[in-house]
Amino acid sequence: MEKRTSAFEYAPAPESRAIVDIAPSYGLFIDGEFTEAADGKVFKTVSPSTEEVLAEVAEAGEADVDRAVKAARKAFEKWSALPGAERAKYLFRIARIIQERSRELAVLETLDNGKPIRETRDADLPLVAAHFFYYAGWADKLDHAGYGADPRPLGVAGQVIPWNFPLLMLAWKIAPALATGNTVVLKPAETTPLSALFFADVCRQAGLPKGVVNIITGDGRAGAALIAHPDVNKVAFTGSTAVGKEIARTVAGTRKKLTLELGGKGANIVFDDAPIDQAVEGIVNGIFFNQGQVCCAGSRLLVQESIHDELLDSLKRRLTTLRLGDPLDKNTDIGAINSAEQLARITALADLGEAEGAERWSPACDLPESGYWFAPTLFTNVTQAHTVARDEIFGPVLSVLTFRTPDEAVAKANNTPYGLSAGIWTEKGSRILAVANKLRAGVVWSNTFNKFDPTSPFGGYKESGFGREGGRHGLEAYLDV
Amino acid sequence: MSDQNRLSVFKTYKLYVGGKFPRSESGRVYEVTDSKGKWLANAPLSSRKDARDAVVAARKAFGGWSGATAYNRGQILYRVAEMLEGRRDQYVAEVADAEGLSKSRAGLQVDAAIDRWVWYAGWTDKIAQVVGGGNPVAGPFFNLSSPEPTGVVAVLAPQESSFLGLVSVVAPVVATGNTAVVVASEKAPLPALSLGEVLATSDLPGGVVNVLSGRTAEIAAPLAAHQDVNAIDLAGADEALAKELEIAAADNLKRVLRPQPVDNWSADPGTDRMTAFLETKTVWHPTGSLGASGSAY
Repeated sequence: MEKRTSAFEYAPAPESRAIVDIAPSYGLFIDGEFTEAADGKVFKTVSPSTEEVLAEVAEAGEADVDRAVKAARKAFEKWSALPGAERAKYLFRIARIIQERSRELAVLETLDNGKPIRETRDADLPLVAAHFFYYAGWADKLDHAGYGADPRPLGVAGQVIPWNFPLLMLAWKIAPALATGNTVVLKPAETTPLSALFFADVCRQAGLPKGVVNIITGDGRAGAALIAHPDVNKVAFTGSTAVGKEIARTVAGTRKKLTLELGGKGANIVFDDAPIDQAVEGIVNGIFFNQGQVCCAGSRLLVQESIHDELLDSLKRRLTTLRLGDPLDKNTDIGAINSAEQLARITALADLGEAEGAERWSPACDLPESGYWFAPTLFTNVTQAHTVARDEIFGPVLSVLTFRTPDEAVAKANNTPYGLSAGIWTEKGSRILAVANKLRAGVVWSNTFNKFDPTSPFGGYKESGFGREGGRHGLEAYLDV
Repeated sequence: MSDQNRLSVFKTYKLYVGGKFPRSESGRVYEVTDSKGKWLANAPLSSRKDARDAVVAARKAFGGWSGATAYNRGQILYRVAEMLEGRRDQYVAEVADAEGLSKSRAGLQVDAAIDRWVWYAGWTDKIAQVVGGGNPVAGPFFNLSSPEPTGVVAVLAPQESSFLGLVSVVAPVVATGNTAVVVASEKAPLPALSLGEVLATSDLPGGVVNVLSGRTAEIAAPLAAHQDVNAIDLAGADEALAKELEIAAADNLKRVLRPQPVDNWSADPGTDRMTAFLETKTVWHPTGSLGASGSAY
């Protein structure tokens, strides 16, 4: 397709990065102090859009993990004994400081992750603050949460989070853990450690007692050591299903409480009476939000056969208007893929889709010279047997399938080992309720997609993991109930 | 009038699978004795194939049972209590034999088990209101979180409490709409196998509860590894077996309820055994807007 030209091209509108002061190197945040790794190891974190090295970060080894867990254990006694109302105030303080520093943190997140500033500014950061506000209010109301009188915290929570929403996943993990009186050791992803380290500074500003929050940076080995540590009482993980299964094996036979938020292959079902323009926006949001690096992405589009051509025409037309490029540009819709490794995985799966006979389409799209980029991509003529319809791609790649009846739509939507999210587009309320009822997925968005809120439980069926984050339900993971 | 010369009629205990009473496909049985070692009956020694057949039956029954109204499920669970009450003496005798209890103490166990069905019968249409609800979203959306059954649940019944323990782990699983494959207490399986006869006459659809007897470790292994089982209750597993099964369960991320020591099965069970096998589904919808004034009417 020809590149879309307009009489009025957008002028660049870059957000200034001057607001963020990134130090050349960062240590581990243990017991309220930044310290080097015991063996002095470091690794670099780069900006995915430019491959510029942003900082060097300490790489935690087993000794560091042990030190962090000990600090959290020591802090647990006082933190859990604090009246809930006092814990609440710390969390409210954190929420306020995040709001005050949200522009700084948004720019930082965009630099380290590669996602557009439009998303960090308008989605990630407001949700991060909202999660702390929401759980702050629970800290002194746990007796009323439905888990009996005086539910007790578990102890030390070991938390491992992914790179797609670094600060938001931190908030999802840390806010309920602290509200319920646990202390935490959190390991951010190897490719996006910076916002967690900045969060350590937020904790300092809030005057949070030492050792209540500990941040250890490193790769999967540090995460594995944390999860296996005998003095960790609670394990929370968000990431791939393969790693989730490994973690489930690791904690088998222990008393560690486990929650897992894993992969997905969400079906976005569009019926013939759907409002097409809204559905197209929802489809775009469902799969191209955060470059499709979203566990609940609507990566399988199920279109009723009778509107397939019309919908695809609209969708393709819409895709030609997406702007890919500098994530710090406020006009940018699609930013960089988080890492070279992830780009290679997306590329390999998309190539496999083509090799298996699905029809590949992308809008004309100039990719920047440096950094990790992947053009928004559609596959049509996809069957349920195709790899692109079965495997989680975790990138801006949409597979389009068709159906004729609601029953067929439900059968196809459920034909996956995953069960995290789904979408339904129809004007008919009774059909929404009937279909939503039959979908085996933890979140169902009707006539909308990718909406999140701290009051609303989120989590998967089947191999998308277990436990829920958010809402009253999110407390259970951190209480001895 | 009893006849001293009359030979009593023994009962052939059979499995309960898919609403039918098959023997083990393996053709095997094992001797079940009372607490003093006296022979009571031969129970089916279930095989891996029996376990897989039971999963097929449970999966087939899941759509209908989970789709039944909560009111209907409550009616059926209450019907189980009614049918048990009518056969109370039989269960008292079986529990007394199985656990070496006096008739009166066995009677307390059976009464508590019957009452337990009544308690869960009342929960079927209340649990959604207690653990679900609307969420106050910060935006023009309406969303609702509702509990849903997780699917097919493998239940390893407690080894010691042959009837009250069994009922205490089975009833909560099916009350919420799951279907169950139950492995009876290895050394005291007879009350569990007899329960199948009551379930079969209680309007409970075939396949909702399936009862297997035999070696717990042998039957549990294929259930824990089965890709079409969604959850497993390890109540009847010892520590070593529980760990092994939990590792196998990780292959498809089954929900695992780890064994917890239970001193007194008569105590208030709470809701934990129901919520352990529930998923939460949150359904979102835009609300539309009537304008800032709110005076569209």
